[in-house]
Amino acid sequence: MSERTITLDALTRVEGEGTLDLTIRDGKVTQCAFRIFEPPRYFEALLRGRAASEAPDITARICGICPVAYVMSACQAIEAGWGVTVSPEIHALRRMVYCGEWIQSHVLHAAMLHAPDFLGLNDAIEIARVAPDTVRTALRLKALGSRLMEVIGGRAVHPVNTRLGGFFRAPDPAAIAALIPDLEWGVGAARSLALDFARFDFPVDNGDYLFVSLVHPETYPILEGRIGSSDGLDIPVDAFHDHFCEDQVAHSTALHGRMRDGRRYLVGPLARYANNYVQLSETAKETAALCGLDPVERNPFRSILIRMVETQYACEEALRLARGYVPPQPAAMEMRPVASVGEGCTEAPRGICHHRYRTDDSGIILEATIVPPTSQNQPQIEADLARVAQANVDLDDDALRHRCEQTIRNYDPCISCATHFLKLKVDRG
Amino acid sequence: MTAPLRLAVWKFASCDGCQLALLESGDLLLELAEAVEIAHFAEASSSMREGPWDLSLVEGSITTAEDIARIRHIRENSRLLVAIGACATAGGIQALRNVADAGAFAAAVYPHPEILDALETSTPVSDHVAVDLELQGCPISSAQLLEVITALLSGRKPQLPVEPVCFECKRAGHPCVLVANGTPCLGPVTTAGCGALCPAVGRGCYGCFGPLPGAVPAVLSQRLAELGLHRAELTALYRSFAAAAPANAEEAARHE
Repeated sequence: MSERTITLDALTRVEGEGTLDLTIRDGKVTQCAFRIFEPPRYFEALLRGRAASEAPDITARICGICPVAYVMSACQAIEAGWGVTVSPEIHALRRMVYCGEWIQSHVLHAAMLHAPDFLGLNDAIEIARVAPDTVRTALRLKALGSRLMEVIGGRAVHPVNTRLGGFFRAPDPAAIAALIPDLEWGVGAARSLALDFARFDFPVDNGDYLFVSLVHPETYPILEGRIGSSDGLDIPVDAFHDHFCEDQVAHSTALHGRMRDGRRYLVGPLARYANNYVQLSETAKETAALCGLDPVERNPFRSILIRMVETQYACEEALRLARGYVPPQPAAMEMRPVASVGEGCTEAPRGICHHRYRTDDSGIILEATIVPPTSQNQPQIEADLARVAQANVDLDDDALRHRCEQTIRNYDPCISCATHFLKLKVDRG
Repeated sequence: MTAPLRLAVWKFASCDGCQLALLESGDLLLELAEAVEIAHFAEASSSMREGPWDLSLVEGSITTAEDIARIRHIRENSRLLVAIGACATAGGIQALRNVADAGAFAAAVYPHPEILDALETSTPVSDHVAVDLELQGCPISSAQLLEVITALLSGRKPQLPVEPVCFECKRAGHPCVLVANGTPCLGPVTTAGCGALCPAVGRGCYGCFGPLPGAVPAVLSQRLAELGLHRAELTALYRSFAAAAPANAEEAARHE
């Protein structure tokens, strides 16, 4: 009997820390455990007893890569509980700052963390030595996303201008107008990076995914819509916990998300794109087609292309919103605390981020439940790893280890968020 | 020619936002990569080279027994160790557990808290090893980080502000939110460096750059109480992103 154990001890180019244990017996993958060893920070516990007005700033600290997602999901949840609907102008400004986060997060991952996998390089600095223009374009595009976050949110990481009900101060129209030329450039830059990346030699793979994302009849959802799946689920945001749950597993500090019926599911760019393809702009669809993407893409290694299509779309959206910018008056809706339970859900770059808060009538948080994207994807990441490892079982340990690392990076896993993470240990006996 | 400075970046309990400051520096990152050897930066590169390192940037707070062993190993192999951000310098928002029942905290999040391997406290790096320099901020400022690295490269002392947020707020010409609007603001007792971002949007400072050495928060608290802040609100104000900094911990406890 032949046995192999492969351990991946320190996963690199992901936001956070984790390991993978893989056991192979007689050429069959018998065990695959993706461990998150990011230490727990107990956000849901430390929110208890804090003012609901603090929830956006506190939960932003769950993730330095996607703070806007946490800010917006928290705001929406509490606003829903307290019966507040924001004005169309506030919603538009929120969507614009969220576009900034999609741009900076997607470009960081695609160009700086994921692209090296397909070029056989260690990092973006090595890419800069062989393809300096690509890296400079990516850095400039990422900086554009960060600038949107600074102009609207007040800071590129952990915004200060966002609050329950809207914003502290509506940005000056001149500051928004100044973004327009760069956003016009950004649309084309995102497209050219997508086409560059489309020339990579992608591993062949085909995942049997249940895609879950926000869905909306009129727009590619970012922070609006219902929760939908590729097999017909269509529920309001506040019915999330009726259909989805999280379990703790002994090998990880990340909770594992599943459907209540036990099925695993996928959130993030592949899911969002498959469920909402028709809502993409014609120009973004055209880029997708030129990249060889079908309206439903099941090869997770090609998620890098979808991230760049979404980056193009986010530049187009931010451009549209900047051109139509009307400063919200008032900058924030009035917020009166109500003893209530409120739920909110938005599309973080890595997938849906769901928040639920129970507050008392003085606005104090009694209970908080936060379901980040990476914990929802945990069971699917393990399933992808088992599938990819089985298909590549004849590779030697180093090559197999590299392929497994790539499989995890396909997810752009935000391991800091998921705790509530990778050493790969392959056991071939 | 001398060998390039060997830089390492480390992560403990944190959100990754401070290491992002390096990636946030755009083209400067590429110039930096020419000037120093990035020997270990797991978030950005698969190339990980052993110590010793000339400069270790440490993000995150110490929350597990394994963390303690790891930070000691990093210290022993680093010529200079700089703690970056509110988690590494003041325990971070996760230090709220230090004043709570840690068991109840874990049980509120995890169905089986007994299988977790975490300490009951979240503590700054300086509680465990000698730290050469602390960079404040939640998150740190990219400009300050680059100043520290370039200063070390050129063999001079980094120039970092030791003044309250109020000074940079005044220089930027923002109206004082505390005086003009009666908005609670920690600017007078908070270290400058953020660029007075909150007052710039009409909001009070919430202290994410940590307490200013030598400031007297009790005087500010008295003024805030006159403005109508209750004791619990004062406690919460000091007990946030730099909760485990001694000046904040003491002032928060005084109002409990």
